[in-house]
Amino acid sequence: MASTTAFKDRNLIAVIGDERWSGPDSRRQDSITGLLLAGIGHINEHQRKNFLIVDSSKVFGVFHVIPCSRMSPETQISAIETAFQEFTQRKDIAIVLINQHIAEKIRPTVDRYQEAFPTLLEIPSKDHPYDPSKDSVLKRVQKLFGE
Amino acid sequence: MSGAGPRENVFATRMALTNTKLRLKGAETGHSLLAKKRDALTTRFRAILRKVDEAKRKMGRVMQLASFSMAEVTYTTGDISYIVQEQAKLATFRVKAKQENVSGVLLPGFDVDRVPGSDFNLTGLGRGGQQVLRAKEVYAKALETLVELASLQTAFTILDEVIRATNRRVNAIEHIIIPRLDNTIKYIMSELDEMDREEFFRLKKVQGKKKRDAGKAEMQAITDEEERLKQLDDQQEPTADLLSTKDEDVIF
Repeated sequence: MASTTAFKDRNLIAVIGDERWSGPDSRRQDSITGLLLAGIGHINEHQRKNFLIVDSSKVFGVFHVIPCSRMSPETQISAIETAFQEFTQRKDIAIVLINQHIAEKIRPTVDRYQEAFPTLLEIPSKDHPYDPSKDSVLKRVQKLFGE
Repeated sequence: MSGAGPRENVFATRMALTNTKLRLKGAETGHSLLAKKRDALTTRFRAILRKVDEAKRKMGRVMQLASFSMAEVTYTTGDISYIVQEQAKLATFRVKAKQENVSGVLLPGFDVDRVPGSDFNLTGLGRGGQQVLRAKEVYAKALETLVELASLQTAFTILDEVIRATNRRVNAIEHIIIPRLDNTIKYIMSELDEMDREEFFRLKKVQGKKKRDAGKAEMQAITDEEERLKQLDDQQEPTADLLSTKDEDVIF
């Protein structure tokens, strides 16, 4: 457990969240805005953000904060994976929050992630209610109880 | 019996026997200690599991509430996501790590560490400022739940790992180390017995040989004595007087 020695330096929360246009009336149903509003957003000295915004709609996208939103779904998934890898490897991040339906897109990577630091937490979003049976940690819990 | 099963590569001596016996005793003590540790950790683990399950369900409700307050903001203020994303520069909502000791395992946990900041103060200045503030608070509350859940989950992950390691050790001691030490002790005992028997046999052999030699020597002595007596008798007759013989001159 080499990571335990350095965990005192970890004090940020990273988010991989969605931003969805639910219709032409341009109402956003995003969880990331609220979390950023609460004050977790951080841009470090290398101009690296600790949040990734995944745009799940292609049709109504008017402006895009990150360039990857115009890309094909496959590229977007690879962008999510890249961000996931970056967040889990950064030394100053304590918790990684990820919307569950986004975690679903990179499920193999998420399931393979077993480290204690940073902690990976799957959170529900408004359009996607929380499903305990998909959570990678709860899956392990169930496996332990099932044995 | 001694050759069966794996054993340590030692010379069968009494010292090795003492050492191995000591090690067996140590292994047994370690086994019981580790088993105790495992039980304590498992108890803790079960408690955490229950809490994780509870917290995950609570998180679902809390996040729903938070989304609802965000919808209120969107309804009154309009779209603030762009402004919020642009203004996010320095985190005001951070976590602080703390540690807890459960039977020798350091369990980390997170505490919420809020720096009072003034970001997003102008958000919703025109209208809906109240809703924005409320949404901010609701999301902060939700985040507190998330942080709590995260520390539980970290504890869960680490405890899981530690319990696995402890289980491995307990099983290794129980099924490999103790039988091997047992086998070693048996081997040394049998070797020592064997050596004892050999030694006894050799002693017997030596004793027998000594006895035989002694008998022979006695016989020899008797014959020698007889010989000597006979010789003495033989020498008795030509007892020449010393005066008749002439010694050679001794020259110094």
